[in-house]
Amino acid sequence: MLSFIGRSLIQKIVTLFLVSIVSFLIIHLAPGEPSQVSPLNPKFTPEIVERFRKAFHLDKPLYVQYVYFYRDLLTGKTVSWKDNRPVLAKIWERFLNSLPLFIVGTIITWTLSFPIGIRSAIFRGGLYDRSATLLSYLLISIPGFFFAYILIIIVVNSLHVPVIGMKTFGLARNCWLPLIMDRVWHLFLPSVLGATGGIAILSRYVRAQMLEVEGQDYIRTARAKGVPEEEVHYKHALRNALLPFVTMFGLILPGLIGGSVIIESIFSWPGIGRMAYEAILARDYPIILTVNFISAILVLAGTFLSDLLYLVVDPRIRL
Amino acid sequence: MKKRARFQEFCELLKENKLAVAGFIIFVLFFCIAVAGLLLTSGAKPVIDPAMVRLEEKLRPPLARPNLEVLRPDQIPRLNIYLLGTDDLGRDVFARMLQGAWVSLTVGFVAVGISVLVGIFMGGIAGYYGQSRVRVDQVLATIVLFSGAMLLAFGLRDAGLVLFIIAAIYIFSSLAFERVLSGRHLPASVQVLFRGVVSIDTLIMRFVDVMLCFPSFFLILTVVALLPASMYNIMIVIGLTSWMGSARFIRAEFLSLREQDFVTAARALGVNDWRIIFRHMIPNAVAPVLVSATIGIATAILTEAGLSFLGFGVPPPHATWGNILSDGKRFIFDAPWLTFAPGLAILIVVLAFNLFGEGLRDILNPKLRERY
Repeated sequence: MLSFIGRSLIQKIVTLFLVSIVSFLIIHLAPGEPSQVSPLNPKFTPEIVERFRKAFHLDKPLYVQYVYFYRDLLTGKTVSWKDNRPVLAKIWERFLNSLPLFIVGTIITWTLSFPIGIRSAIFRGGLYDRSATLLSYLLISIPGFFFAYILIIIVVNSLHVPVIGMKTFGLARNCWLPLIMDRVWHLFLPSVLGATGGIAILSRYVRAQMLEVEGQDYIRTARAKGVPEEEVHYKHALRNALLPFVTMFGLILPGLIGGSVIIESIFSWPGIGRMAYEAILARDYPIILTVNFISAILVLAGTFLSDLLYLVVDPRIRL
Repeated sequence: MKKRARFQEFCELLKENKLAVAGFIIFVLFFCIAVAGLLLTSGAKPVIDPAMVRLEEKLRPPLARPNLEVLRPDQIPRLNIYLLGTDDLGRDVFARMLQGAWVSLTVGFVAVGISVLVGIFMGGIAGYYGQSRVRVDQVLATIVLFSGAMLLAFGLRDAGLVLFIIAAIYIFSSLAFERVLSGRHLPASVQVLFRGVVSIDTLIMRFVDVMLCFPSFFLILTVVALLPASMYNIMIVIGLTSWMGSARFIRAEFLSLREQDFVTAARALGVNDWRIIFRHMIPNAVAPVLVSATIGIATAILTEAGLSFLGFGVPPPHATWGNILSDGKRFIFDAPWLTFAPGLAILIVVLAFNLFGEGLRDILNPKLRERY
């Protein structure tokens, strides 16, 4: 067990190191330079550009820039090129905005897809199962931005609530109920949109997993013993089908910083995805690289966590 | 005879799965429409002009008749009707949709083609030659080669060229004299250079892990934004960031196939490695890749539409479904057809590819086939 943890930790650290090199190379070898973002801007005289290049070590060779960048990142001193604010503070601020979307979206995904998947597995081949299958294909195939506009048209036309942004600007502060409802309405659409793909995929997965377990011998034995149908489904089958999903808790970790670029820019939601999008437009390399680095850490931590959970949950796995 | 029987079996299995048949029919239709769109809307004098601006006729609803009194004779649409309405510049949305269909089709197919080729190459090497180890001298030569290339890229021409040539000469000569050297007994100090350090399999699979660490849409967005805007860059970038799945499939299949008797038999007959790989192993390993490629086309079309929507797609005068929708979003309440026409088109095409891919998965599943 300990040796497994040690080995996979070393492996993850090596992978992370390679990721840092590859992402750095991708960004810096692409044509164009950050100091050329707006050559027509009269404020960008050659002296300013030179000072800018010196301040951010852009005049040094690439490997020196690499060492400087990750040294600054690990000591928390990296600043955004756009407004000179510390990158980590900026990301933390946006992260707090994205967090509610992530939490509500995850709750919607997990609470909806289990009942849907289990029901389609129990009544497999029936009308419910077939329509759920078709619906989940539709949800996977629909482009997020198109679905967003359909929902905006429906909600705005029928319910007359504002949905763009995080809250309505200039709403009276004296009454808390409208304030909260305003927040909830603004949160509702983006998180539903964030959850659609998840619901479609997860419910198919739950269905497949349930079907596999329902075909096992011990289910037939339970039926033959005369165990009531409800108990067969929910006590014998479901408990065993749940096993792989425990480990999926580790795999949703990257979603914390993923934040959908498209949905956040449609809804003007000041989250991480939108910040990354703005950073790409402004060629703000420190932000792009840091977001990339943190999400790589989260991916690696997620797989590590899910491996560990597998070890804990499934007694059949021995090292 | 045998091949024909296999194909018939495939068709019979396909007929059972109605959704997959529907997906396949839509796919064929989409293909025809895209080719027709390319023929009708390209060239100096296209039959249906997607770029014709008619400011008097802006935001006309679908199926509206053109107002013949205000238009010059050359501005009158060929079909004498705006099938899908016009946009805010009075351009015919139907013509623009036709033009965009070809973009979606090529982006989907070329991107997936690239990713499948890279995947088969990487996975094939990892699966077939995975056990052999990379030697110290090979690692050193590669490092010298790469640093030479890097120096060349940064303008240090002389030093870069020298390193590059040294490494290239070493690699060629070691390939040429391999036979001669392998028999000789070398002194211990030189022997260290020829010790294996890491297996090829580990090397490639670690690289796959590294690639999987990147958030894919964000990576594609970054690279596409940094490169000059063109359709080919998008295809290449999508292809180069999505090959990891097929590499894993191919590697797994190769690992089990290379232990099978027919491969041993082929090797005993003296068939060379390339022929074994291409003639005997790839045809047996390609089924799961085919399924993931079909679904990959759907994903690539969605990704391209998303990029166009964010404004990083094919440059503006050319229409794509993503940028028609993106242009139309300012008028969603006044001119919903600008949102719904491209949105529904993307939805239908992507759905068709997904359904056909899932159907293919069922058909190619050997567990299912045994029943027949």
